[in-house]
Amino acid sequence: MNETSTLKPGHIQGETGIWEMVIGLEIHAQISSKSKLFSGASASFGSEANRNVSLVDAAMPGMLPVINEFCVEQAVKTGLALNAKINNVSVFDRKNYFYADLPQGYQISQFTKPIVGEGEVIVDLDDSEHTTIGIERLHLEQDAGKSLHDQHPTKSYIDLNRTGVALMEIVSKPDIRSPQEAGSYVKKIRSILRYIGACDGNMEEGSLRADCNVSVRKSGEEFGTRCEIKNLNSIRFIIQAIQSEAERQVDILETGGTIDQETRLFDPSTGETRSMRSKEDAHDYRYFPDPDLLPLEFTESWVQGIKEKLPELPDSLKKRLVKDFGITSYDASILVEEKDYVDFYQQAANGRDGKLTANWMITELFGALKKDNLSFSESPISSKNFGELVSLITNGTISGKIAKDVFAEMMKSKKSPSEIVKEKGLEQVSDDSEILKLIDQVISNNQDKVAEYLGGKDKLFGFFVGQIMKLSQGKANPGIVNKLLKEKLK
Amino acid sequence: MSELLDLNLVEATKALKNKKISSLELTNAYLKSISDTSSLGAYLEIVEDKAIRMAKESDKKLIDGTARPLEGIPIGIKDMFCTKDIKTTASSKILENFIPTYESTVTQNLWNDGAVILGKLSCDEFAMGSSNETAAKGNVINPWLKNKKMSPGGSSGGSAAAVAARSALAATGTDTGGSIRQPAAFCGITGLKPTYGRCSRWGIVAFSSSLDQAGPLTRTVSDAALMLNSMAGYDQKDSTSANLKMPDLMDYLDKGIKGKKIGIPKEYTQDGISEDIVKFYDKSIDSLRVEGAEIIPVSLPHTKYALPAYYIIAPAEASSNLARYDGVRYGARQEASSLDEMYELTRGNGFGDEVKRRIMIGTYVLSSGYYDAYYLKAQKVRRLIKEDFENVFKKVDYIITPSTPTTSFELGKKQDPLTMYLNDIFTVPASLAGLPGISLPVGLDKSGLPIGIQLIANSFDEPGLISTARVLEMSAGYNFIADGAAK
Repeated sequence: MNETSTLKPGHIQGETGIWEMVIGLEIHAQISSKSKLFSGASASFGSEANRNVSLVDAAMPGMLPVINEFCVEQAVKTGLALNAKINNVSVFDRKNYFYADLPQGYQISQFTKPIVGEGEVIVDLDDSEHTTIGIERLHLEQDAGKSLHDQHPTKSYIDLNRTGVALMEIVSKPDIRSPQEAGSYVKKIRSILRYIGACDGNMEEGSLRADCNVSVRKSGEEFGTRCEIKNLNSIRFIIQAIQSEAERQVDILETGGTIDQETRLFDPSTGETRSMRSKEDAHDYRYFPDPDLLPLEFTESWVQGIKEKLPELPDSLKKRLVKDFGITSYDASILVEEKDYVDFYQQAANGRDGKLTANWMITELFGALKKDNLSFSESPISSKNFGELVSLITNGTISGKIAKDVFAEMMKSKKSPSEIVKEKGLEQVSDDSEILKLIDQVISNNQDKVAEYLGGKDKLFGFFVGQIMKLSQGKANPGIVNKLLKEKLK
Repeated sequence: MSELLDLNLVEATKALKNKKISSLELTNAYLKSISDTSSLGAYLEIVEDKAIRMAKESDKKLIDGTARPLEGIPIGIKDMFCTKDIKTTASSKILENFIPTYESTVTQNLWNDGAVILGKLSCDEFAMGSSNETAAKGNVINPWLKNKKMSPGGSSGGSAAAVAARSALAATGTDTGGSIRQPAAFCGITGLKPTYGRCSRWGIVAFSSSLDQAGPLTRTVSDAALMLNSMAGYDQKDSTSANLKMPDLMDYLDKGIKGKKIGIPKEYTQDGISEDIVKFYDKSIDSLRVEGAEIIPVSLPHTKYALPAYYIIAPAEASSNLARYDGVRYGARQEASSLDEMYELTRGNGFGDEVKRRIMIGTYVLSSGYYDAYYLKAQKVRRLIKEDFENVFKKVDYIITPSTPTTSFELGKKQDPLTMYLNDIFTVPASLAGLPGISLPVGLDKSGLPIGIQLIANSFDEPGLISTARVLEMSAGYNFIADGAAK
C-alpha cells in the first residue's frame, strides 16, 4: 500500500509534510419562480433568445424594479430550512460593473444586509459519519444575461432571457476540508432546496452553480491565501476542480512560491484550473443601497407562518425512518436524499418489512434505473407494486431468487408482481407433500451420493438442496426443503 | 388669439366646459405660440398632428358632457418623461433618436384626464444643471428680458420658459435639487415639487432616484393644484411611490392661513442674497402675517451641509443610473473594435461635460476606500437635515424662504460649476428631506426679472402648501407677462 492512499480525503502529501485544504462555497440557486426577481417576464429555461425580456430587464430608460414577493418567501423558507437567522430588515444594493449582458450596468444584490444570516447544515459523509458546515449568509440577487461569442466573426450576441432571473446565493463558512465534503455539502443543499421547492436543483440547466474558494495550510496554521474557482455546474467538477486547485497551490508553496489571490476557471477537458483575473484586476463594484427599492421588512409572525408550512426536512426524516422502519442510518441517508425517494419508500414500506424494502429499493430499483438510464420519476414500477413485491417475498409466495425475475419483468411490463407470478406460475411451493415428492425423486436418482452422505460426507447436503430447487424450477420453499430433507436423511 | 392665451389653466377649463372656446381653437393658438416663440428654443419636439387629434377628441367629450378634469388643455412635457412613440432624449445626444414604446405613469395620468400634448420641452442634459445650458441641442432663452438672453434656469428650463412665454398652458417638470422651483422662479411662474413618492417615477428618465420627483410648472397656484391633482397617485410599478390618496387640491385653494404658524429659518437669510430678493422676501412674510399667520423664527442648523451632501448623493446615484446608456441595446452607438472601446467612444461622445463630471464624481464617492468618507457621510448629513425639518415642523406649519439667492443671469456667464451649484442652495434641503415645496412669483427686481418665493410644507401636506401659496399669491398680486411671451 503506498503512502498517499492512507491520507485522509482533503489532505495532500507534500515534500514538507501534509497539507490540509480549506474550502468555502458560494452556491447560486435559481429560485423556482415563474417570473423574474424584479420584473414580470418569464424565468423559464430554454426559450428562444430574448423572448423573456421585459422593459425592466432590458433596462429601458425610466424603468423600475418591483420585488417579486414569491422569491422573498422562498429565500426565507430556505433560510429557515438551513437553521439560519432570518433578518427581518434587509436591503438591496447595486453592484456596479459594465458588461454587455448586464443591461442596467449593475446587478441588484444584497451586500451589507442580506435577507438571511448565519445558519448550519449537517452533511452526511460516505462512511455514515456526518459533519456540520456553517452558513455565513444567504442573499437574493439578479442573474445576468448570456453573451454568445461564437455566432459571428467580429460581433457578440446577447441573450437577455436569464437577465434578472432570481438567484439565492448561499455562502458557506470556510468549514469544508475536502473535495468530497464539498460535494456532499452541495448535495445536501440541493436536497434541502428541492424538499422545500425553492429551487429545482437542476445543475445541467444551470439552476444550481457553485463558486469554490480554496486554500491550503499545514494543520493548525492560519488560513492560506485563497483562490476562487468560478461557476462550477456539476458535483463531479466541483470535486475535480478543488482537488486540482489545492494540488496546484501545494506545488507552488513547496517550491517557495506564494499564492496570488485570484479568480480562476475550471477547464473540464484538462481537469485543471486557469487564471481568469487577478486581484489587481478585480472590479470595484461600488456597492450602494438601491434607491429604487425599499428595504425588505417583515414581521416575526409572517416568518413564523412560513416556518409552520415547512415540510419535514431530510435530517428529521432520516431519524424518523431509522426509528419507524428499523433501517440503518446509512440507508436512511440515501433514501432522504430526494423527496421522491423518501415518498416512494414510505408508501412501499408502509406495514411491511422496512429493511427488506430499503435493500430492494437501494440495490435493485436504483441499480435497474441506472442501468436503463432512467430518472427516478421515470421508474416503470410504482410504489404500490414495489410494496406488493416485498409482501410476496415476506409472506413466502415467492423466494428472493424468483423475486428478482419478477422484478425484471416489472421493469419491462409495468404489470403488478402478483399478476406476473400468477401468469408465470411462479408461486413458491411450500406444501410438504409436494416437496416430499421432489425429495424422493432426487434421492432415488442419486442413491450413490445418499450413501456417501450417510457415510459422513455432510457437504453433499447442499447438492441435494440444489437438485431439489432445480427440479422445482426454483419455486420450492428453501426453508421447507431444508427441514424435510434433513428429516428424510436422518 | 391673445384672449385665448390670456386664459390660465383653470380659466381655460371653465371656458372649455362652458363651450365658450373649443380645445381645437385653444390648441391651435398654442401651436401658433410655439412657432412665434421658437427662437427661445423651449421645444425639442412638437407633435402638431397628435395635438390636433387629441384636441378634437377632447372637443367631442366636451360636447357630449363626458369631459375629464383637464379636458382639452394643451400642455408641454419635459423631455425626461418617456412618451410613447414620441422621441424622448433627456436632452442628451446619447438618446438622440430614442423613441419609447411606453408612456410614463405621470404623463399617462395627464392624458387619462384629457390633457393634450403639444410637444417635448428642453431641459439640462439628464436634468443635470441649473441654467438649461447643458442641453445637447443648446440652451433655452428666458422670455424675460428676451434680448439680453437670460437663462430660464434649470433643469426644467424649457418647461418654465414655455409656460412663461405662453407656448404651453402648463408643463411638467422634474425636480431633483430644485429643477422645478428654480426655473419657475427665474421665469416668473409657479413651480411645485411634491413630496417624494407623490408622483410615480415610472417612465421618467432617472437622474437621482432617491430625489427625483415630478411636478407641474404653471401660471398660478390653482393651475398647479389642478395639474398635480392629475399627475399624482400611487403606482405599483414604482416601489417608492406612496400608497396615499391625495385630497382634491382645488378644495384647499381658499382655506386661508389664519392661525397657521410660518417658520423663518435663520440659515436662509445669509449674505450673498440679492437685495431685491431680501426686500420681497420680507414683504411676503409681512403679507402672511397680515393674513393671520403667526411668524416664528426657526433654525435648520445643518442647512450649510445640504449642498455638499446633495452633490455627493445625486452624482453617486446618477453614476449608476446612467450606466445603462452603453450603446448595447438602444441609443447612439459608436462602433469600435472591442467592447471596452465601444463603451468609451459611445459614452465619451454621447454625454456632455456636466453629465461626465457628475458620473466621475459619483463613481469616485462610491469607490472602495472613499465610500465611508463621502457617500455614507453624505447620507448621515441627509438624515440630520431631515431631522432639522422634523423638529421645525413640530413648531410651525410651513416654512418660507427665497427660492433662489439671485434672479436669472445671462446665458454663458456662469462657467464655474461650483458657482452654478449655489443656485440650488435654497431648494436642495427640502429635496434631501423629500418635502413638498412650491416657488411662486411675487415681483420683479430692479432690472425687471421675476423673483420667486419658496414655501415648504411637511411631508404629504400639499393641501396646506396650496392654501398658503394661494394666500401669498393673492397678496403679491403678481400679474406681469414676459416681454418675450407670445402675444
